[in-house]
Amino acid sequence: MTLGTGRILVVDDEPAIRRLLRTTLQAHDYEIVEANSAATALSMQRESNPDAIILDLGLPDRDGLEVIAEIRQSSAVPILILSSRDDERGKVAALDAGADDYITKPFGAEELLARIRTALRHRLQQQGSRPRYECDGLIVDLVRRIVTRDGADLRLSPKEYALLEQLVLHSGKVLTHKHLQKAAWPAEADMDIQYLRIYIRQLRGKIERTPEQPTLLMTEPGVGYRLKSS
Amino acid sequence: MPANDGRDLQRPSPDALLTQAQGEQRGRLKIFLGAAPGVGKTYEMLSVSRRKRLEGIDVVVGVVETHGRIETEKQLDGLEVIPRREEIHQGRTLFEMDLDAILKRQPKIVLVDELAHNNTPGSRHPKRYQDVQEICAAGIDVYTTLNIQHVASLNDVVASITRVRVRETVPDSILEQADEIELIDLTPDDLMQRLREGKVYHGEAAERALDHYFTPSNLTALRELALRRTAQRVDEQLRQQRRVQGIDEVWAASERVLVCINESPGAESLVRYAKRVADRLGASWTAVYLETERSRQLSETQRDSVAQTLRLAEHLGADTLTLPGERIADDVLRICREHNVTQVIVSKSRRSRLFEWLHGSVVDELVRKSGNITVQVFAESNSAAQRTAASAPIDKAQFSIAWGEPGDYLATAFWVALATLIGIAIDRTAGMANVSLIILPAVVFSATRYGLLPSLFGAIMSSLCYNYFMLPPLYTFTIGDPDNVLAFFAFIAVAFLISHLTARTRVQAQFAREQSRTTAELLNFSRRLAGLRKLDELMELTAAQVAQMLHVEVVLLMPVQGRLKLRASMPVITSLDEADLAAASWCLEKNRPTGRGSDTLPGARRLFLPLHNGNNGLAVIGVRHSDDEARLEPGKRRLLDALSDLAVIAFERIRLARDVDQAKMLAETEKLRTALLTSISHDLRTPLASILGSITSLRSYSKLYDADTREELLATAQDETERMSRFVNNLLDMTRLDSGALAPRLEACDLHDLVGSALNRVKKLLAQHKISVHIPQDMPMLMLDFMLMEQVLVNLLDNAAKYAAPDTAIEVSAQIHRYALTLEVRDEGPGIPEQDVLRIFDPFFRVQQADRKTAGTGLGLAVCRGFIQAMGGRISAGNRRDRSGAAFTIEFPSKIIAKTPASVETSV
Repeated sequence: MTLGTGRILVVDDEPAIRRLLRTTLQAHDYEIVEANSAATALSMQRESNPDAIILDLGLPDRDGLEVIAEIRQSSAVPILILSSRDDERGKVAALDAGADDYITKPFGAEELLARIRTALRHRLQQQGSRPRYECDGLIVDLVRRIVTRDGADLRLSPKEYALLEQLVLHSGKVLTHKHLQKAAWPAEADMDIQYLRIYIRQLRGKIERTPEQPTLLMTEPGVGYRLKSS
Repeated sequence: MPANDGRDLQRPSPDALLTQAQGEQRGRLKIFLGAAPGVGKTYEMLSVSRRKRLEGIDVVVGVVETHGRIETEKQLDGLEVIPRREEIHQGRTLFEMDLDAILKRQPKIVLVDELAHNNTPGSRHPKRYQDVQEICAAGIDVYTTLNIQHVASLNDVVASITRVRVRETVPDSILEQADEIELIDLTPDDLMQRLREGKVYHGEAAERALDHYFTPSNLTALRELALRRTAQRVDEQLRQQRRVQGIDEVWAASERVLVCINESPGAESLVRYAKRVADRLGASWTAVYLETERSRQLSETQRDSVAQTLRLAEHLGADTLTLPGERIADDVLRICREHNVTQVIVSKSRRSRLFEWLHGSVVDELVRKSGNITVQVFAESNSAAQRTAASAPIDKAQFSIAWGEPGDYLATAFWVALATLIGIAIDRTAGMANVSLIILPAVVFSATRYGLLPSLFGAIMSSLCYNYFMLPPLYTFTIGDPDNVLAFFAFIAVAFLISHLTARTRVQAQFAREQSRTTAELLNFSRRLAGLRKLDELMELTAAQVAQMLHVEVVLLMPVQGRLKLRASMPVITSLDEADLAAASWCLEKNRPTGRGSDTLPGARRLFLPLHNGNNGLAVIGVRHSDDEARLEPGKRRLLDALSDLAVIAFERIRLARDVDQAKMLAETEKLRTALLTSISHDLRTPLASILGSITSLRSYSKLYDADTREELLATAQDETERMSRFVNNLLDMTRLDSGALAPRLEACDLHDLVGSALNRVKKLLAQHKISVHIPQDMPMLMLDFMLMEQVLVNLLDNAAKYAAPDTAIEVSAQIHRYALTLEVRDEGPGIPEQDVLRIFDPFFRVQQADRKTAGTGLGLAVCRGFIQAMGGRISAGNRRDRSGAAFTIEFPSKIIAKTPASVETSV
């Protein structure tokens, strides 16, 4: 899928990080708007109407979570969080508050660009039809509800299918444990995470070629799971 | 001081220099000395001070009594006066000098009137001169006033002149400590004139004074005393000056005076007399008390009196000795020869003629045997002797000891009767002549068992029995044969002599037994001390030992962070009252006995003595008699000193050992810190150097490089950045572990998922190795912290990749056992050197590798161990048995297996 360029709002109080993001993203034909605080970020968001926002959680003037919540009141613009390694709770909280994905510092350029592409694609897809997922020999047809690997039909249980459906719908994006649990067990609140892990293991056993070293259904430690982008 | 030889003539005496040096650090003491009240001491002191004040010297008034004298009051104008401290004693408000305020104010000179003043009970010191000594010690100069009648050694003389005994005295030593003495002299006529004019006392008081105290003869005598004392002081100063300058005394300096004291209250006069004699001779002097068998029979009051006399002697500057003795005259002379004494002073015996005739007079014997030693016999004044009678109530205990128990007499009677019966039996059957010898052993026996008096009783009884039963005519107390009369009297004499000698031997044996018991206990104590390793044990043992040997209650205090803390006590108590704590603190601070029965803070309940190693106070020991007796007798005091000395040695030893341990620990910490710094600087700088090198190279010469070179440089920069990132992560994890901030979040984890996630993270590092994973398909969920466990696996895999050559296999496997679960990471590298197996998890430990550059950071495995332990598991390292290679094994108890949820749909 080819993507048009977009306007990206970069919010970080570190000039070095802003410089890095600006250079990298401009080289890929994105238009960059910068902000170094929560206050400027919010006004920029209203004025320049960006297609995606890269937001550092540790801003000097306000808590990043509040910024996310405030943006979400008026806009569904994709938000990518920049966070540190040990802050799993912060990541989960940001995702729960409405952020779309996160990138852990320090990050590589490839990873960054992949995340942005995914975010922008999902934005375009918002009103689009149910896609067909195809990656490394795995084909998921959400319309016909057919899953095949290397041409062979896979038989999935309803729960496994429910989980896979969510992952396919948000392919390339991280999905929190909570999100997946809600999708597969809509009736039950506060499910033991053990169920989810067991189903993910079973799902891997079916869709992965080498379940011990998965390449499609990746674990995001402490946060959730991510299906490789098609 | 021994005479110097020629070469030393010019060299100043070290002692003299020391004394002078001490004087320089201390504040100077100036005494305005007068013969009587009203001569103008205070006036003179104030006018001198005013002059000093005009010179700009910081002079303040600590305390000045003007007694309403107008001239004196005028002199106070313009001088800063430190307000007095209010003190309420027995309902009366008294105003005492505020010692602490003076010390805080730190003036150059402070005026303290009436040196001999007694402070209100409850003050820090009972006497004002002690306050003055403290002020001087703080480096403040003191001006003070003193009347001659208050000088301790002149107390008796003044009392005999004026018939008024002064209760407020200052020790002679304070006069010697004074740097300056200014005599305020006024002729008796002028003084009486002033008195009559009402310049000294007002109204009736003046008249009463004129009638009683201020008579011309009294005043003349007092004036003479004051003049002489001052002259003596001037003489001393002159000598001191000469000594400092290295001029030896012209006359024999080897004079030494010995004074023998006894328990009579007159001994104090004796000591004061000895002091004057020694002063006149410029001699050092020693006071000695001989402990004889008689000492054991002294009442507590008398023992107290001996202790007090010894203290007075010490106070007046004497060396004091308490020695065991048997034959007083011989012992005294032996001490004299040992100490090169030239003069002995003893008091006149107050014993009866008969006693002296029987026992021999000590004085006579001394004079006879003294050779070249001068013997002075001091006559006690009548008043002192009378005071003796008045102040020494008859002590019943003394007599009960001497008389013995009634049972002893009965027993003695029994033995004599038995011996007599045996004697009669032998006499009747064998008809032997000398049966009297059979009876004598009974006397000897009772003398050894029951002491002198019962045995004398036995001697009388046995002589009567002898006469009655054995000397014809039998069964009468008359003696027929004149030969037998002689034998009878010989028998009596022998019986008495034996009983006396044996009783004496018995007392000495008892003495010796006690001595040896004490020695044995001390030895035992020192042995037990030697085995101690902890201060608390030492404190408790010392407290127990002192309590047991001295029959007192004991507390031991030690400074902890600048405050004294109770460390041991016998019997056990938990706290001390304020007064005792204050006394203990003072004792430690000043290194002097404090509290009950001492000069300082006598209001405390206990006597506190410092335990010190020469200079530093280590601890304080507080003792108290259970019956509230004030003083420790000299014998007990000596014993306490001996015990303290032993404790101090042990204390030092323990402290030294602790210091060594601490130094060792510090060195270890230091080593670790150095390792940390080396590691950090190495592990941060190395990648930084590569990154900076690669990037600068690319920036400057990009055009010169072909695509491959550029790629190579960029790859280097990226790899090194990732390496540095891993190191920083480990460092942060280590910090989290060290700070205890690590709280694992245990949740059900899928081991397949964990291993997969970890492998994914180290994908790049393991690109050249063959990875195999063996985890049973039925592996249950495990309660672990996903992040921590993943990091452990990442570190282990990273470690394996570092040490094992490319293209070798790295294997991750898990096994479920009955009670445990193991996870193993094995490589095909060189393995771990045997000696390093145990140390490999220590922070900053790295296995030495000769030829490989990818050395570990020394943190990864330490982090592994920390994390695994935090999650309740164990990690160990070893070498593979099947082939070369390292094997790391993680073991978890089976309780980490998560409970299986009730229902899981496993397939469609």
